[in-house]
Amino acid sequence: MLILLWPMLVFSEFKPWILFEAQSLQASWQFLASFVPPAHSGEFLQLLMVATWQTVAIATAGLTLALLCAIPLALLATESLSISMLETGRMRLAGGLIRQAARWLLVLLRSVPELVWALLFVRIVGLGPTAGVLAIALTYGGMLGKVYAEILDSSDVHGTETLLKNGSGRLAALFYGALPEAAPELVSYTTYRWECAIRGSVVMGFVGAGGLGQRMDESLKMLAGDEVASMLIIFVLLVGAADWVSTSLRKRLG
Amino acid sequence: MLQHPPAPPVISRSTAVLLMGLLALVTASFYSLAIKWGELFSADALRSGLEFIAGFAPPELAGPFLLKIAGATLETLSMSALSTLIAAALGIALALPASGRMGGALYAITRLMLNVLRSIPELVWASILLIAAGLGPFAGTLALAAHTTGVLGRLFADALENLPPAPETTLRINGATPLAAFCYAALPQILPQLMSYTLYRWENNIRAAAILGVVGAGGLGQMLKYHLSLFQMQQAASVIIAMLLMITVVDGASFWLRRKMTGS
Repeated sequence: MLILLWPMLVFSEFKPWILFEAQSLQASWQFLASFVPPAHSGEFLQLLMVATWQTVAIATAGLTLALLCAIPLALLATESLSISMLETGRMRLAGGLIRQAARWLLVLLRSVPELVWALLFVRIVGLGPTAGVLAIALTYGGMLGKVYAEILDSSDVHGTETLLKNGSGRLAALFYGALPEAAPELVSYTTYRWECAIRGSVVMGFVGAGGLGQRMDESLKMLAGDEVASMLIIFVLLVGAADWVSTSLRKRLG
Repeated sequence: MLQHPPAPPVISRSTAVLLMGLLALVTASFYSLAIKWGELFSADALRSGLEFIAGFAPPELAGPFLLKIAGATLETLSMSALSTLIAAALGIALALPASGRMGGALYAITRLMLNVLRSIPELVWASILLIAAGLGPFAGTLALAAHTTGVLGRLFADALENLPPAPETTLRINGATPLAAFCYAALPQILPQLMSYTLYRWENNIRAAAILGVVGAGGLGQMLKYHLSLFQMQQAASVIIAMLLMITVVDGASFWLRRKMTGS
């Protein structure tokens, strides 16, 4: 245990005494002291409201685009709509290849962290919410697509199979067989991801993708503790509200 | 003739209102953000985007640079492991009062604390803690520990609250001290749950540690930010590949472990 722990302590430069050096104590104390009272001038609060809305809007718009990319990919990747699999027990080569390709694309999209996508997009499209929306769209497109395909695969296939065997088209089989079966789970997962996207969009602001995070980054760099304090409060409230909305939505639909 | 009641509507009114609300939210989001689609898909942007992507190839593979990446990877892994350890210890310490074992006032206070710790993401913690702990992996470790304490503390407290109380009560009635009753009745029951939550969070923390460095808190993220801001794309590409490899390996390992542990 110790043999493992020691190199970890060295690698992570674990030096708790830094925290208690006079210089850092003084800096932290000054910063913390400036937290009270939180900034509450009308002008600043207005700015904060705009930034908060921007954060929510980035998450919502990003998730909408993610849906646009996830749904077709999930339909390509799911096995429950394979006709050749039903007839012969094996997928045709072309169908199998397309499914694998869709899966790999989904894996690639979601394994690059959203923050890295955001960093890259900030370089391409410049500072601002566009980078955040695109980053969320790609990462969450990958996640949603994968989970949608899994949900469709694991839901009861009986209805879909019967429809397909009797010659219905794939889309019709999806709408009348698989979708009613899996809808509550799909919707509930999507709402949960929306909540995650709100948190994600705050974080991406730190690399310049707009919203609350970008403002917080600016205030932190200026060591404006009072502004940071009110932003943290707003942020905790926002996350709480998103949590509440998504839980009650899921209860209603699930 | 039989009177049939009218068929129920396809969607109920409240669901319809909800859907309209969602539609309004989405429209308002796109409208207010004023996304620069034109700029994004103009020939100019496409060209510079392609140039940007072409700059990544080939990734930098020189020996010394790979060593640096290996160092940063180890740093990332240590940050995640250490912070998870700290968080598990603090989490259980906070979970005791937060499961309502020490009175209502302490319950409310610790629950609020856990909620605040949890709802501030690692990255925000990191950029705040940089002021106290300075640039580098130590700030990252503390930040991960702070957020994870909130998450684990809450999960632990919920696990404690959902325990069947009979065994502990029996010990208490028969004269065991509260500590002994907890150690012999409650702890053995929740230990497997605690372990699995902690391992799961560790996995999460590895991923989080990889990107925390973007604000200057050490690990692979710090390297990525550094090389990207110097427009050293080939080096940045290697760092991204290293990140992806690490995440994939960890994912694979945890999948394999979980299958082993659930015993199949």
